[in-house]
Amino acid sequence: MTDAYIYDAVRTPRGRGKASGSLHEVTPIRLAVTALAAVRERNGLDTALVDDVVLGCVEPVGEQGADIARVAVLHAGYAETTAGVQVNRFCASGLEACNMAAAQVMSGQSQAAIGGGVESMSRVPMGSSGGAWAADPQVAFDTYFVPQGISADLVATKYGFSRDDVDSYAVESQKRAAAAWGQGYFSRSVVPVRDMNGLTILARDEYMRPETSMQSLAALEPSFIVPGDQFGFDAVAQQRYPEVERINHVHHAGNSSGIVDGAAAVLIGTREFGRQAGLTPRARIRSFASIGSEPTIMLTGPSFSAEKALKTAGMQASDIDLYELNEAFAAVVLRFMDVLGVPHDKMNVNGGAIAMGHPLGATGAMILGTLLDELERRGLATGLATLCVGAGMGTATIIERL
Amino acid sequence: MIDYKLDDDGIATLTWNMADRTMNVLSEASIAAFSEAVMRAIGDGAVKGVIIASAKPDFIAGADLAMLQRSADAALMQANGGAMQALFRAMEKGGKPFVAAINGTALGGGLEICLACHRRIAADNPKALIGLPEVLVGLLPGGGGTQRLPRMIGLRAALPYLLEGRKVDPARALKDGLVDEVVAPGALLQAARAWLLSEGPKAVVQPWDQKGFKLPGGGVNSPAGQQTFIAGNAMLHAKTWGNYPAPRNILSCVYEGCQVDIDTGLRIETRYFINCALSAEAKNMIRSLFFSIGDANKLASRPKGVPTQNYARIGVLGAGMMGAGIAHVAADAGIEVVLLDSSEGAAARGKAHSAALLEKKVQQKRLTPAARDEKLARIHPTVDFADLAGVDLVIEAVFENREIKAEVTRKAEAVIGAGAIFASNTSTLPITGLAQASIRPENFIGLHFFSPVDRMPLVEIIRGKATSDACLARAMDFVKKIRKTPIVVNDSRGFYTSRVFGTYVAEGLALLGEGVAPALIENAGRLAGMPVGPLALADEVSLDLMHKVGRQTRADLGKDYRPGPGDGVTALMVEKLGRIGKKAGKGFYDYPAEGRKLLWAGLKDQFPPAANQPTLAAVKQRLMYVQSVETARCLEERVVMDPRDADVGSILGWGFAPFQGGTVSQIHSIGVARFVAECDHLAQAHGHRFAPPKLLRDMAAAGSAFYPG
Repeated sequence: MTDAYIYDAVRTPRGRGKASGSLHEVTPIRLAVTALAAVRERNGLDTALVDDVVLGCVEPVGEQGADIARVAVLHAGYAETTAGVQVNRFCASGLEACNMAAAQVMSGQSQAAIGGGVESMSRVPMGSSGGAWAADPQVAFDTYFVPQGISADLVATKYGFSRDDVDSYAVESQKRAAAAWGQGYFSRSVVPVRDMNGLTILARDEYMRPETSMQSLAALEPSFIVPGDQFGFDAVAQQRYPEVERINHVHHAGNSSGIVDGAAAVLIGTREFGRQAGLTPRARIRSFASIGSEPTIMLTGPSFSAEKALKTAGMQASDIDLYELNEAFAAVVLRFMDVLGVPHDKMNVNGGAIAMGHPLGATGAMILGTLLDELERRGLATGLATLCVGAGMGTATIIERL
Repeated sequence: MIDYKLDDDGIATLTWNMADRTMNVLSEASIAAFSEAVMRAIGDGAVKGVIIASAKPDFIAGADLAMLQRSADAALMQANGGAMQALFRAMEKGGKPFVAAINGTALGGGLEICLACHRRIAADNPKALIGLPEVLVGLLPGGGGTQRLPRMIGLRAALPYLLEGRKVDPARALKDGLVDEVVAPGALLQAARAWLLSEGPKAVVQPWDQKGFKLPGGGVNSPAGQQTFIAGNAMLHAKTWGNYPAPRNILSCVYEGCQVDIDTGLRIETRYFINCALSAEAKNMIRSLFFSIGDANKLASRPKGVPTQNYARIGVLGAGMMGAGIAHVAADAGIEVVLLDSSEGAAARGKAHSAALLEKKVQQKRLTPAARDEKLARIHPTVDFADLAGVDLVIEAVFENREIKAEVTRKAEAVIGAGAIFASNTSTLPITGLAQASIRPENFIGLHFFSPVDRMPLVEIIRGKATSDACLARAMDFVKKIRKTPIVVNDSRGFYTSRVFGTYVAEGLALLGEGVAPALIENAGRLAGMPVGPLALADEVSLDLMHKVGRQTRADLGKDYRPGPGDGVTALMVEKLGRIGKKAGKGFYDYPAEGRKLLWAGLKDQFPPAANQPTLAAVKQRLMYVQSVETARCLEERVVMDPRDADVGSILGWGFAPFQGGTVSQIHSIGVARFVAECDHLAQAHGHRFAPPKLLRDMAAAGSAFYPG
């Protein structure tokens, strides 16, 4: 098997995912083009060397529809021989796109490919693509469908995380993100979004609330009491988990991932590609995995996907120097740390989506870049990036610096 | 069967008039006759418009459930269903206007015929019921109801009618768009003719057959439509605990069928209809909820040759919760009631209970103030036994104490006529023993009402050793008169309902004692289809009462007493912990002043959770099988004689999972042989209470069943 190497990773800053957000005026295709263009320009890349561009996108309809990856390739001015494909593994789409790009390289079918993702949550809101899972009665019944927030509260209930536990985690995420931005730890990856005149629209994540405290979070009402109670979702979750007497609703906007807009791209290729392009590889992709897990609790997949990737790599959890686990909900991270015995000082050391937001299709590629940057900054060797995924899945990738 | 009349204006009137039935129903024969008449009208060049009418007091009551219950062949049903859908489509697309002249009740398939007409005119008959109640017996409207109603009135308005089987009067049907016009009963056919002659020719294309048709209020994939289904699925799942295929299939008919053209939608509906009709749930519900309850209400097991007794005046002894409730339902049914208690205040409070119930109905505009006054005036509170003179029946509802009961029996019998019946509303004391206080035990019987009396439909009639056939027959007449459903049982400790109900609660306590997580026990009960978990029920009944009854039984039976599986838990809760149930605000649950009850946190210390918890299926099986095996013992001991009574009593008495059809139908669905084998396993693992009685073993060996099919 050929080794796959990461040559570069870029991301846009994350704009608040609503009409008042800075990136709301930017089409998703331009977000994707911003990331692809940055990969080309930063590396003086002859894009004819890139066989494929794989982009994650979770709501691939409307202006995000019709294979946004290929359209972004064309609109970014890449060689027309570069193909493009859009993939959807819900919240892990961006990481899955990197894994698929890596798989093409590892299997010897591509010399180089870009994995990444894009999501303008302000312009194509969550739920836009519909789907059978929640709406089709036969499917919803058989899978005990509940919204993710109910699942997150079920994780907290089942594994005993209190409101204080999840709020403390959230406060720490804000603190770490603010410190990392303050120290410029993200500057290697973040490329500003500019208008056609070269004026900067957004250069920095704008969702963060560094002033967040336990007191300010305590004022927030749990978000999922109403759907849980009035629409019956708590009861559905309990029917699947009858050992639970009632769901303890602990998650709210302050300890869950933020709704934001953004895009990311990671350049992956063989050694030979690097020599041809005159680029130095930054890390090797050691293994990756996607798994399925129970869909009602939905968000416990990361530990299973991490274990599978560790096994493939012949590693133990303790061999990993740094972890990035998408902060979809605080309880997801707390559960993962418990299961794999990961100390908090190895986990999301520069904050995560609670502070900076989670642009669904792009986040996986973003945190892979964040992980690599921080391994380099600290001079560490191995890192694992993972995300929980809708409908009960998990995706993980292990990288190793060279 | 279908009268065909063509008048000089070219209006054909197709009048439903089934000779052998009180109500018109859709049967194989009537559908064939109707089809022939419809095709004749469409094919006759002289016909300009068609009225569908009924010669009976009601329009059409729905489909013949006996026909549906026999159905077993999906391919045959597909062909028959397709033919009926095609007939309704022929009405819609034949180029001639059809009007439904709805003179009375139009339910199920009867309403679906109306929906396939181009106009629906209903007579202003407040007794008429209009709706699609198929879901209540585990079916769905299979004659286009799931497709036409949403296309007529929109998803959100249609779903409650389809999912809840809601039945409404013509005024409400007009408001909600189920009918187009309501007219005076005498003007119905004239209104139909007038519409056909004036508007009919312009209205021969249904909205859903017109180009560019859109669902009113938005389609399935509109944001509102998606929200309707996403929330609707979960709400239905929560409400049904996943046990009822019919409402789920109804949602799917609407979800899938309303995204396509109507003909495709009708094919989808037929497939889901067949899926429902062939389900064990539908067969159980039709058997028990329709036929067995119907037979009980018709007094099918009433001893023959006894003249029907009419009740003009009865006496009720004891004006507490039960006595007042019994007085209320009797007065409500037109019977004069002498309501006797030891003090005038108590007797008056009993009457006030009825006043409050009636007043509530007046507030809800379901009763006129005049009717309220008339009903209430029938209750005569008193402290004087002499007032019982001339009553046809006395029901005692005094304390569960043999001496007190004996005393009121003697006092009442001293006054009432020789032919009058004396009934006891005891729920625990054997009737034969109580009858010893009677000077005519052949006229002594048990009438076990359930609380709250005004809402609980069942009366368990208990026959003592000396009770005569005539007394039983007349007691059944009374139950019918007050519009309740009787089952007949023989005298025995706990009779039938209390005895079997108690096994459910006791099994829950046993599970707790074994260290099964209390939430799992409670949720398993609900997931199995019971209305309340066993621990919550124990709190409702109250643990001290259960404890007391247990000790009394032990004292009565001596060395024959077999300890119940929950006895230890009950004793601990009552004697050591003082947590006696809901009335004390603490039992297995805590009952905070505000908010929902919560399982007591101390349970995990008193009953430490076992490291290995049983599966949900195992807990459900124990909670449900224990009731069926006890019912089989009741059948074997002739405590209950008719399996239908056992089924009806279990559903109406303590809410046994209706989709299972009752405690006997549950055995029937599982299969007797398999039930016996599984009970043998359970008996080995958990105790003799699961051991199947000989009756079941013999049936298993003979390959016989409680019911056909």
